[in-house]
Amino acid sequence: MNKEQTAKDAIVARHPRSPEALLSLLHDLQTANARNHLTADDLTLAASHVGVPLSVVRDAATFYSMFSLVPRGQHIIRLCESPNCHLAGAWSALDELRRLLGVEVGETTADGLFTLELTSCLGACGVAPVMMIDDEVVGNLTPERVRGALARYRRGR
Amino acid sequence: MRRIQVLLCSGTACQSSGSERVKRALLDALTAHDLLPEVQLVDTGCMGPCELGPVLLVYPEGTFYVKVQPDDAAEIVIEHFLKGRPLRRLLWAEGAPQPHEIPFFARQRKLVLRNCGTIDPEKIEEYIASGGYEALGRAVTSMTPTEVVAAISRSGLRGRGGAGFPTGTKWELVRVAAGVPKYVVCNADEGDPGAFMDRAILEGDPHSILEGMAIAGYAVGASRGYVYIRAEYPLAIQRLEVALAQARKLGVLGQRIFETDFSFDIELRMGAGAFVCGEETALIASIEGRRGEPRPRPPYPATSGLWGKPTLINNVETYANVRHILLDGPEAFASVGTEKSKGTKVFALAGKVRNTGLVEVPMGITLRELVFDIGGGVPTGREFKAVQIGGPSGGCLPSSLLDVPVDYDSLSQHGAIMGSGGVIILDDATCMVNMARFFLQFTADESCGKCVPCRVGTQMMLAILDRIVAGEGKEEDLQRLREIGEMMKNASLCGLGQTAPNPVLSTLRYFPAEYEAHIRDRSCPAGVCPNLVRYRIDPDACRGCDACRRACPTGAAQGTAGAPPYQIVDERCIRCGACFDACPFDAVRKEPR
Repeated sequence: MNKEQTAKDAIVARHPRSPEALLSLLHDLQTANARNHLTADDLTLAASHVGVPLSVVRDAATFYSMFSLVPRGQHIIRLCESPNCHLAGAWSALDELRRLLGVEVGETTADGLFTLELTSCLGACGVAPVMMIDDEVVGNLTPERVRGALARYRRGR
Repeated sequence: MRRIQVLLCSGTACQSSGSERVKRALLDALTAHDLLPEVQLVDTGCMGPCELGPVLLVYPEGTFYVKVQPDDAAEIVIEHFLKGRPLRRLLWAEGAPQPHEIPFFARQRKLVLRNCGTIDPEKIEEYIASGGYEALGRAVTSMTPTEVVAAISRSGLRGRGGAGFPTGTKWELVRVAAGVPKYVVCNADEGDPGAFMDRAILEGDPHSILEGMAIAGYAVGASRGYVYIRAEYPLAIQRLEVALAQARKLGVLGQRIFETDFSFDIELRMGAGAFVCGEETALIASIEGRRGEPRPRPPYPATSGLWGKPTLINNVETYANVRHILLDGPEAFASVGTEKSKGTKVFALAGKVRNTGLVEVPMGITLRELVFDIGGGVPTGREFKAVQIGGPSGGCLPSSLLDVPVDYDSLSQHGAIMGSGGVIILDDATCMVNMARFFLQFTADESCGKCVPCRVGTQMMLAILDRIVAGEGKEEDLQRLREIGEMMKNASLCGLGQTAPNPVLSTLRYFPAEYEAHIRDRSCPAGVCPNLVRYRIDPDACRGCDACRRACPTGAAQGTAGAPPYQIVDERCIRCGACFDACPFDAVRKEPR
């Protein structure tokens, strides 16, 4: 707990004590969390650091789709559901993801490794259908490419 | 000086296709043949034809290789670099080894993408060698801010984010606005489905954005700039950070730029997944650390923007044009394009088209040239049906309008918009009603919920469209859609709600028969909407393999193994498509009911 607190203090110290730092601070706190989410403590910490009421922090944290207030998997899979990927067959990739992970969209696998989400356009339509696993773009998705990518992350990338 | 230079595209699309593995394999092969001193590998930004990635361009002769795999590396090195003959099997088309011989490239006119695919975006020296920061130097040492604004005005540049507001006018509004400090903001929250030109510019030529913003800062009297970029673009963020550090180190950003009194620095701000933040007032709220909700305008950001101060907001591609206007002169810039739309525009071609990817063309080119000459048309076996231009705010134009020139005014006259430049080509297998519903689903999801016309209007239209594609549409639905759409256009708070009905209204205008077929005949002419299609087995193609019967969950697919043809009993069919997917002989046909 103490170690975690020190790590958080270090993150907070990198950000100026100003409301404009709020989104970057929330991003960093969420990334540092092993379960990819913002805890109640994180929100309180952010509020006191940037100097806004807790309600304002909650307001922002619930507005943006990339923030989560509930624990998620170690890796976030975001499959693009925009028209280009749809036309290119994103749904067969989604079926494969659901089958392999054994979860529905928005859920986390039992081993805590993956959370499956849908996202709007990722701006990589040239290689549609596309998903991101954390910061990596995986394109030209076929059920086979989906299997390969998941296997890679299961092996620890 | 090395004998051979290999430009290797390392944009997001090519990276996703494995360009880094190709690079490692090339390095291994070069090492094995002791060619490292003679051959230079350069990572560049996006070259355009994303679908053919990984791509690479070999100089001095300019041979363009596509779909290069790590296994090809050794052969390229031996055949091309050692023996001096291009590897024919990796060329785009037989007999066309060089970009200028390939129609996809030959019809383009690259201005803002000039450096994308030719320089290493992580080396400021290469940007400077291409004339980089010369325009900034000229502006701050030999022009007054008024002269800079006048040059931008004379060029006729209009905002590339979608609305097409005259850029010079916007700069002048901020320049004369009362209040200090002033801010310069770059809108890099690209989010229109199908648009990826800003990503390519940020990844391929990040300094051009920083330079454009610094020139803008000098012109309007700002000393601080922000790039608001979506968090979904990690590579662009990383390259911007590298570029910022290099520019500061070299003194083209920071204090006393070019030893003048002008100081300017730029910070990055990341979004967090909210499409509406591309709207300028929502973007401002987000930079300030709040929910990204728009507010009514006026006051416009030019007079009251970030923290209530005068703020200039332009999009990525707009800033990328700025240095060329100062370097080549506003007249040269204005000599390209049409009377009211000057310069070039970058389009992202996607959907059912042979050559997907990024292209830059002079304004005023026709849709036909864009889709067929450059895009290569629809892949064999299908017919062109429509082009959706301008993303979820834009519209669908049918083949009868293919000769419309692509400029701001012509497009909006026909119910589409230039938007950010996303172009989705649709073939005859696309259901226009379903397509419109898809876009509306997107805007309904992304509506921030602040104003009623958008929040409720998108939901009402979506409910009607859901009914229509399910085969439960009513005759009065079409009029209802038009009414709600017009109401949203007039009454919504921001551009998101005002343009959200466009995909529906434009398909209603150009493809009314498809809506009517869904409603009156309960039939989907394109054979897409699950409730409105029928599955049938072609007796001539069926081999009696039994795959469909085994796949069918309801016993609708019937027959005896080895005794074709099989049949599908329509009354039992739940239209799940399992037989369609299972048939190894493509004997299962999907038809309109």
